[in-house]
Amino acid sequence: MFESLSDRLQAVFQKLGGKGKLTEEDVREAMKQVRIALLEADVNLKVVREFVARVTEKAVGEEVTKSLTPAQQVIKIVHQELIDLLGQANVPLAEARPGPTIIMLIGLQGSGKTTTAAKLALWLRKKGKRPLLVAADIYRPAAITQLESLGRQLGIPVHSEGAQSRPPDIARNAVRRARDESITHVIIDTAGRLQIDEPLMVELEQINAAVEPVERLLVVDAMIGQEAVRVAEEFNRRVGLTGIIFTKIDGDARGGAALSVRAVTGVPIKFLGSGEKVEASTIEPFHPDRLASRILGM
Amino acid sequence: ATDEPITDELWDDLEALLIQADVGVETTMYLVNRTKDRCNRYGVKRAREARDMLKAEMVRVLQEQERRQPVNANPSIVLVVGVNGAGKTTLIAKLAYRLKNQFGKRVLLAAGDTFRAAATEQLETWAERVGVPVISRGQGADPGAVVYDAIEAVSGGDFDVLIIDTAGRLHAKTNLMLELQKLRNIIRRKFPDAPHEVLLVIDATTGQNGVLQAKSFLKAVDVTDVAVTKLDGTAKGGIAFAIAQDIERPIRYVGTGEKMTDLALFDAETFVESLFAQD
Ligand SMILES: Nc1nc2c(ncn2[C@@H]2O[C@H](COP(=O)(O)OP(=O)(O)OP(=O)(O)O)[C@@H](O)[C@H]2O)c(=O)[nH]1
Ligand SMILES: Nc1nc2c(ncn2[C@@H]2O[C@H](COP(=O)(O)OP(=O)(O)OP(=O)(O)O)[C@@H](O)[C@H]2O)c(=O)[nH]1
Ligand SMILES: [K+]
Ligand SMILES: [Mg+2]
Ligand SMILES: [Mg+2]
Repeated sequence: MFESLSDRLQAVFQKLGGKGKLTEEDVREAMKQVRIALLEADVNLKVVREFVARVTEKAVGEEVTKSLTPAQQVIKIVHQELIDLLGQANVPLAEARPGPTIIMLIGLQGSGKTTTAAKLALWLRKKGKRPLLVAADIYRPAAITQLESLGRQLGIPVHSEGAQSRPPDIARNAVRRARDESITHVIIDTAGRLQIDEPLMVELEQINAAVEPVERLLVVDAMIGQEAVRVAEEFNRRVGLTGIIFTKIDGDARGGAALSVRAVTGVPIKFLGSGEKVEASTIEPFHPDRLASRILGM
Repeated sequence: ATDEPITDELWDDLEALLIQADVGVETTMYLVNRTKDRCNRYGVKRAREARDMLKAEMVRVLQEQERRQPVNANPSIVLVVGVNGAGKTTLIAKLAYRLKNQFGKRVLLAAGDTFRAAATEQLETWAERVGVPVISRGQGADPGAVVYDAIEAVSGGDFDVLIIDTAGRLHAKTNLMLELQKLRNIIRRKFPDAPHEVLLVIDATTGQNGVLQAKSFLKAVDVTDVAVTKLDGTAKGGIAFAIAQDIERPIRYVGTGEKMTDLALFDAETFVESLFAQD
């Protein structure tokens, strides 16, 4: 993820680098290329427009400092703006005191929630925690079996009640069980849903009200396009997101949605997931500052 | 407002509209510039006419691909491919339901995803709901063996259609793409002109990565058709247009929900109309 955006942007700045003094014309031409690179990376159109306008304004109005060439100065501005989009440092997973820490994974169909639930559980166990997985998707054929199978494979307990119980009840019972069994983290796997599916969004609010998870994490497929912002805004409005997890970053998606979603909702990206195999190495905390530098090849 | 004259703003708006529907910058610029040129050439002055020209151009591109006729064969062997979570397994349930109930076909399914947890159980649940048999060997089995079993099963003339589910795979993973070719070779040992349909499933929310997906799957197993799923959401699936144009393959099916009845045949005009619908 991000490699191709990175290549494109670096090519634009390389061209600028050859110039001794930058004219307004140079900056505008470079920004035209930046705009296309961002759009081709699936950054949301509105976010791109604002980004380009801000960088252009700063770069054109900028006093030239002695220590930097004009091109370096533009890169510096872009770097700063990228960090503003992505957020500064990693925002770690919240811990509820007293425990257990309740984490709810939500998102569109097929985004990777169930797989991510298992990866997260394994990641937590490696940190010495005692996670419990909760099968709250009663709709998708074999969704419960999928989570149970992952739990068995990893040796992590799964709370499931079959498809007859209601998801808010399943969540409530799971939390009760967690208290009895000194579980530290309860990870609730919910059914995939469209953000416009009213009955299912109401159900999400009910689960949220029933167990008040400290983490309400939106799981987003890194291959998503312009739709990302609309989805994130609506889930955020309904349950107040605390973080975002981008999955399937092992592909060649350009990952622009990651930039847009954080920019529009202000919700931090907490983890990146890669690989369909459920191993500890396939989920990692996200560090926005490092990414901004990597995108610019710094 | 529909009778307004053409202004620069119109072109900007059209460009924004297509980009926001995930048609992609390059394809969008091409379409908008082409329409602009033609408006100049033919002296078109009204915004509505310009918009209609653009729509007509998009419909034309899509319909051109639709002229490719599906192969008629019995048994007909369908291989379903796509990236992880696109909607392959659900689409197979929908196709089986349609073939069985609308056309009285004898359908067999093959659980070729032996990798993902409960993928087999998922397909088996669907098969039971639709009322069709399924060949499976469970998780961890060799997908080639499942395909082999299925090919044997349809050789006797008891089935009209075999639909093979495969594990989701990211197109950039070479070894997984080679595995698909292996499955195809197993099919061809018995049916040299098969698979008769290689259906690429694309999620409507997919961004610009979709074109890369399509190119890779086309290269690996010569995709014959495209299906767009999850069009019941707010995503317009504009990437499907870019894909159809790029790999020159028709879009055949549209997924509109999670039930086995939520399937529509692709219609270029309806699709383009909905791309332009403001909501
Ligand atoms: N390559 C890759 N595949 C992934 C990743 N995360 C999930 N997957 C795959 O994506 C597909 C969907 O994952 P699930 O975990 O079932 O997604 P979900 O969000 O639970 O799906 P629903 O419950 O149907 O909404 C499966 O094939 C997973 O193996 C990832 O990081 N990389
Ligand atoms: N809203 C909506 N959801 C869909 C549609 N098609 C599939 N889904 C959902 O998307 C999720 C993934 O569907 P699957 O059929 O399992 O996708 P897949 O491509 O087989 O996934 P893998 O085998 O894991 O790669 C499930 O939750 C489906 O119910 C559709 O047309 N609309
Ligand atoms: K739609
Ligand atoms: Mg799931
Ligand atoms: Mg599947």
